[in-house]
Amino acid sequence: MRYSIFTLARQAFSGHRRWSEAWRDAEPRPGYDVVVIGGGGHGLATAYYLARNHGVSRIAVLERGWIGSGNAGRNTTIIRSNYLLAGNNPFYEWSLRLWEGLEQDLNYNTMVSQRGVLNLCHTDAQRDAFARRGNAMRMHGVDAELLDPEQIRQMLPLLDFDNARFPIRGGLLQRRGGTARHDAVVWGFARAASALGVDVIQNCEVTGFVRQGERICGVQTTRGTIHADRIGMAVAGSTSRVGQLAGLRLPIESHVLQAFVSEAIKPLIHGVVTFGAGHFYISQSDKGGLVFGGDIDGYNSYAQRGNLPTVEDVCEGGMALMPALGRVRMLRSWGGVMDMTMDGSPIIDRTPVEGLYLNGGWCYGGFKATPASGWCFAHLLARGESHELARAYRLDRFASGHLLSEKGQGPQPNLH
Amino acid sequence: MRIPCPYCGERDVSEFAYLGDAGYVRPDPDTADAPRRYVEAVYLRDNPAGPHEELWFHSQGCRQWLQVRRDTRTHEILGLRVAGPTADPEAG
Repeated sequence: MRYSIFTLARQAFSGHRRWSEAWRDAEPRPGYDVVVIGGGGHGLATAYYLARNHGVSRIAVLERGWIGSGNAGRNTTIIRSNYLLAGNNPFYEWSLRLWEGLEQDLNYNTMVSQRGVLNLCHTDAQRDAFARRGNAMRMHGVDAELLDPEQIRQMLPLLDFDNARFPIRGGLLQRRGGTARHDAVVWGFARAASALGVDVIQNCEVTGFVRQGERICGVQTTRGTIHADRIGMAVAGSTSRVGQLAGLRLPIESHVLQAFVSEAIKPLIHGVVTFGAGHFYISQSDKGGLVFGGDIDGYNSYAQRGNLPTVEDVCEGGMALMPALGRVRMLRSWGGVMDMTMDGSPIIDRTPVEGLYLNGGWCYGGFKATPASGWCFAHLLARGESHELARAYRLDRFASGHLLSEKGQGPQPNLH
Repeated sequence: MRIPCPYCGERDVSEFAYLGDAGYVRPDPDTADAPRRYVEAVYLRDNPAGPHEELWFHSQGCRQWLQVRRDTRTHEILGLRVAGPTADPEAG
């Protein structure tokens, strides 16, 4: 069923009782051309682009729980392409361009809202670094504006501009950045993939791999053995665990990242504001809740929940940036498990095991990458070679020395 | 999460700094496959979901390095000792 104003009107006349299911909750078949492990945004996008761009016909997405139950439903929904490095920027810019056309492409309202992403700076050195990053973005054809404090004051009058420790000296604004509705992205890709014949299989946990000599030719699951020519992992957060089933040891640590939402209030913050010096960022959802977060807790964790010192630290950051936030009550907090790589950049590559491909290591920046990640991983799975935009995301870069580190922190995942 | 420091008693996690997996051993640079061993030591991790041996520094307390055994699924502390060769008085 195609969604449109006419469909909506027709359904309204029948009391909205005749909407069909958005996607098929499929049963596993014995074999596929490609099996994608992980029914989050990245896995579903991969399946969609495999079917749409490459004409692969027999595709399954295997999800341990329900689709979008992992990090796809736990992030803070920000989309942007304000990266410095040449290995990163064109990839994220392609992702942002896909976001810009995603609703028409998927025929699904993913609520993409280009309300702007503003990074604040507090020293001359930081402003120089922002100017450099903005220039790098513009050289890649990406929009970037360096703002002075007066321009920011007009946008966000309630910020603490004259904070004794971190006075606001300016900011780097990407107007095309913004937010999208994370659950709708999952549902939209699932619906569009399902319409192209992809089997979206829920409650199907991968428990092992089927080997034929050195090659992997299938997966063992809680719903039986499924054979496939090629298998793609898109299980960020659990990449080490699934990789271990295939004998892989990876340059990844799993860390917990917390996020928070306040009670709903009237419009206060138009776009996304990041306060890097205070380890804090914030935006406001369409429902009115302030959505905010900070750093990862900083220790290995698969718990999907964090600890209170980080909650306190994030709230202190918010109070330092915008003292008026002290009047707002925090409603909920939650945690997600991040694949923190050793250089802070993702991996989209074949693995040393024939037949097995890896998409992971998204650190805490995976949501914005969803469409391009699926686009490039589908290319890799269909053609057997890296997509031009993802060629820096090689697994062997740690051995070859071609690291891709935006922050240059060294192999210490809790500092990225 | 609280860590029972052997010198300071049970202390809040915010007093500690985290380094990571305690299994890091600096490879011998004179072995034939030293480059491969260095890549493994510097970049590759077991990253288990379950008990994990890891190094914590009590930076806001006694400033000792501790080797903690902790369950990464629950954050439960399973065991702990002072890290390094001074950990065992018998070993000198």
